[in-house]
Amino acid sequence: MNAANTTAVVTEPPVLRIAPPHGWWEVDFHELWQFRELIYFFVWRDIKVRYKQTAIGAAWAILQPALAMIVFALFFGKLAHMPTEGLPILVFYYSGLLPWMYFSNSLTNATSTIVQNQNIITKVYFPRLALPISAVLSGLLDFAIGCLLLVPLMVVYRVRPGLPLLLLPVFLLLTVLMAAGAGLWLSAMNAIYRDVRYVVPFLVQFWLFASPVAYASSIVPAKYRWLYGLNPMAGIIEGFRWSLTGRGDPPGPMIIVSVAVVLVVLASGLFYFQKMESTVADVV
Amino acid sequence: MTDAVIRVEGIGKRYRVGQRQSYRALRDVLAGAFRRSGKRAPTDFIWAVRDVSFEVKQGEVVGLIGRNGAGKSTLLKLLARITRPTVGHAELHGRIGSLLEVGTGFHPELTGRENIFLSGAILGMSKQEILRKFDEIVAFSEVERFLDTPLKHYSSGMGMRLAFAVAAHLEPEILLVDEVLSVGDASFQKKCLGKMQDVSRAGRTIIFVSHQMNAIRRLCQRVLWIDEGHIRVDASSHEAVGAYETAMARGSRDKSQASRGSASRTRFASWRIAKPDGEDPHTLRSLDPVTIRIALEVQRPITKAWHGMALYNHEQQLMWAWASQKLPLDVGEYALCHTFPMLPLRPGSYTWLVTLYDESNNQVDSWYCEPEMIVAAESYQAPIDQWTGILNLPSNFEVKAGAIPLAHPGNEHSELDEPTQKGVNSRP
Repeated sequence: MNAANTTAVVTEPPVLRIAPPHGWWEVDFHELWQFRELIYFFVWRDIKVRYKQTAIGAAWAILQPALAMIVFALFFGKLAHMPTEGLPILVFYYSGLLPWMYFSNSLTNATSTIVQNQNIITKVYFPRLALPISAVLSGLLDFAIGCLLLVPLMVVYRVRPGLPLLLLPVFLLLTVLMAAGAGLWLSAMNAIYRDVRYVVPFLVQFWLFASPVAYASSIVPAKYRWLYGLNPMAGIIEGFRWSLTGRGDPPGPMIIVSVAVVLVVLASGLFYFQKMESTVADVV
Repeated sequence: MTDAVIRVEGIGKRYRVGQRQSYRALRDVLAGAFRRSGKRAPTDFIWAVRDVSFEVKQGEVVGLIGRNGAGKSTLLKLLARITRPTVGHAELHGRIGSLLEVGTGFHPELTGRENIFLSGAILGMSKQEILRKFDEIVAFSEVERFLDTPLKHYSSGMGMRLAFAVAAHLEPEILLVDEVLSVGDASFQKKCLGKMQDVSRAGRTIIFVSHQMNAIRRLCQRVLWIDEGHIRVDASSHEAVGAYETAMARGSRDKSQASRGSASRTRFASWRIAKPDGEDPHTLRSLDPVTIRIALEVQRPITKAWHGMALYNHEQQLMWAWASQKLPLDVGEYALCHTFPMLPLRPGSYTWLVTLYDESNNQVDSWYCEPEMIVAAESYQAPIDQWTGILNLPSNFEVKAGAIPLAHPGNEHSELDEPTQKGVNSRP
């Protein structure tokens, strides 16, 4: 019991102003930063629950891309003879599948995060952005574990990365930003239209084949490659593979277009999400 | 110098009527866009909260009462920032803790230990704070042995204790509580109430929504009665709760003036409090002797009838029950008169139940008397209503000097001459 509570407050308590939504841009990054610990806890929770529920736990983070790599390598690489930019087949596919798996898993997780967490959204306040953000961040651990297989693969096949490796973090960041942007759109839409999450598997599948995961973007004629870049994952996957292995085209018009699309998707996703946010507790 | 920590001005929340129904499906929206139907159902709006303004000073415990759907929970949600107002605004000074349910954030797959961190973080505690209070929380919850078992293996009682232990260690300046006391068994509710009293004594501001008037009376000095989205009464808890209870009782009584079916069998027809004509025959206004008269119409003679009577309060608790000796009843009309030296009942609504059995123990009639009996607020004895029990007892209190004589065997009177300084029954 603190009798001093009733006397003048020494430190200024936080003042909260509650008002109807106004204006069209109300994203509060400062507040999001204040809630960073909560984002950490959400990520921690998602990872823990995911690993507790699977019998093989963390091994899944490697198995998923590895199994896909084997199937792709066999059917696309060996049997269909898709060009792999001169890279050993396994390295080619794995280096593309790794960021792709992160992206598609993040999309799936982000889509249903608002609805899955409706029991806390309707009871406690926190910036709702924390949910899709943590869904996107929680996939990074799986990504990191998946990288563990990448290193021995590259060693065995004697693929040595060069200077472009310095740009790898940039492409990783782009992947995260794209996952965030698309995740924001999907989580907001799913909160309002509940059937969106049934569309997502089809979306992801379609997107996979539209991206240079199963094949190299070199199959697209050079003058159309910038158009191909309108699929942001095209630039990201290519760039990721290039920075990792040094093979393939260095960043060009395709990647520049992709980066622009990523930023547009992210900004519009933030905008749409925060528009939805003010009503989410009412409809969820 | 206490200043207003909560200031609400003209706040209102409007919902679209269809909004609470099943979610929209994208395919329906898209299909609808293609359909060229010119008619569009006009969207209906409902104001859950409208034009609410009030101020709360630091350390005040304010209760929100009202019927279901009156807007209390919506108002609390607005203050907790869970939903945004349509109009108006509010200012809150201090950290806000919202206790709208017990077990917010718990995940069944995680262990008790992990859930403490998760729930604490969601409720607004920092990791440091949780670490600091971890042992206290575990001790309060009494689930130490099972701390590392997944929550899905906990019994519901254990889960609730753990959830409440976490919530109880929240230390916000402003605490918003919504009916958490209606959850759990009696000892748990007592613990919750006790903890909330500690919180209020520590100088924190609490806004408390509940249907349990007992709890409201015990905790709150000030009560807002919310009715249809507006503040109907903003007064001391005694006044506001009294007004609310009287209005509720009157409402239920007005609804039930229906007749009692065919008159060709033995039945109880009506009841009244014996009073001078012109006075309300179903309202009790004092603690004087009172006679309850039940009208009975007997169509078939009964040689040895049993007559039973019982009194229930509005929560269906049995207050008193009684059965008569065997009565001989011939065909005709009777007035069964029950006289009480007083009925020490708290203001509110009560229902008499009267029954009649014949010589072979078959039930002839059983009737929950309508309308209900109202005990009016002016019958109430205690001048200040911070504490209420079930009984409304008149008592005299006096202090006499001198020691209390011990009762020896052989003493004719063991009468207490000198009551001790502490009055037992009544509060000054």
